[in-house]
Amino acid sequence: MASGREIKTKIKSTQNMRKVTRALEMVSASKIRRAQDLMKASRPYARAMRKVIAHVAQASTDFTHPFLVEREQVKRVGFVVVSTDRGLCGGLNSNLFRRLLPAIREWQDKGVEIDVVAIGQKAVQFFRRLKGVNLLGSVTHLGEKPKVEQLVGVIKVAMDAYTDGKLDRLFLAYNDFVNTMTQKPTVDALLPLPLVASELAAHQASGESAYAGIKLEQTHDWDYIYEPDAGTVLGHVLNRYIESVVYQAALENLASEHAARMVAMKSASDNANKVIGELTLIYNKARQAAITQEISEIVGGASAV
Amino acid sequence: MTHTIRVDVVSAESEIYSGEATLVVATGELGELGITPRHAPLITRLKPGKVVVTEASGEKVDISITGGGILEVQPQVVTVLADSAIRSADIDEAAALEAKRQAEEALANRTDAMEIAEAQAKLAEAITQLQALERLRRTLKH
Repeated sequence: MASGREIKTKIKSTQNMRKVTRALEMVSASKIRRAQDLMKASRPYARAMRKVIAHVAQASTDFTHPFLVEREQVKRVGFVVVSTDRGLCGGLNSNLFRRLLPAIREWQDKGVEIDVVAIGQKAVQFFRRLKGVNLLGSVTHLGEKPKVEQLVGVIKVAMDAYTDGKLDRLFLAYNDFVNTMTQKPTVDALLPLPLVASELAAHQASGESAYAGIKLEQTHDWDYIYEPDAGTVLGHVLNRYIESVVYQAALENLASEHAARMVAMKSASDNANKVIGELTLIYNKARQAAITQEISEIVGGASAV
Repeated sequence: MTHTIRVDVVSAESEIYSGEATLVVATGELGELGITPRHAPLITRLKPGKVVVTEASGEKVDISITGGGILEVQPQVVTVLADSAIRSADIDEAAALEAKRQAEEALANRTDAMEIAEAQAKLAEAITQLQALERLRRTLKH
């Protein structure tokens, strides 16, 4: 049996660990709220943006933007992957990558090449090691209050590649914040938009409310007055739309990160408690045994005299 | 009853204004625009500046759009999607280059990361050796 002092140091170190996990748990608990507020604050923009895009899609314009055309032959596919910067958040990132890998392999089996745009340190670390995947652009350390401007660079890299015909499809992967206990790894189509529209229809059919609120407002043929011209304005609007979608995903992922970390740290604290309890029991037993032995030795010695 | 038009002004980071108006004045890319209810559908970029909303009560509300944005007009709704910061093609281009550079750096540092891991392993080994020595010394003293 281990000596008393050894067990004591083990208990001490476990207690120190518990202190850290508890602190992390409380920090995350307070950060979740802030992240959720951010998510809520950005929702009106996303909703307004979707409405405008829905209108644009209905307008009977004779201009076609590359984002609106579905290319028949797919040679290269892009993924925008949103991950966290730091670890200790349970299986959040690995769940997302695990969800993503089969999709990537499936494309690769068809002979399609894969480009990745990584947001967050973990995605950078993961995809730079992955064979057959080209890292197109990356941004890390968005902080607790991500701004759209921080994401502009990576989004532009992806969209330019699409416009130049280097990418034929663009997907967005992130963790959808359902509630504190549940975060759903999600892969959504980003470009071209008809693909998004068909996904949207599927969403509506399945009764999911994420895209609710888009409805036809006018039925007859109409078109916008474009100032200065359709190409410029539509390009601008579509750029902003993609940015808003990616920004929303980054916020969802941030809230998911804190929620996942809180849960992971809570279970770590619980485990530490259990270990401390077990170790204390062993320590007490060892102490008791030592005392008993000493007494019996004394008694034995006395009776021998 | 006077006709009104619904006005929503939002930016990516917050909701700025929402209400009913009789007139909305904004600075579009090609000049000033005055929008009254039942305006024809229109979509344009906004220059950084002010959007002035005249409410049904006659009160005027000034909303400053520091980064410019997008104005969409439907017969019953005006939507202003404000950018949260000043943007230009140059700034976007610079940001894109920075994103690419970061990715290249991450790829170039691949070997560095391995070296760091190796160095860390060696360091840990050295520390345990030192600790063992220390322990040995202590036991010898006793």
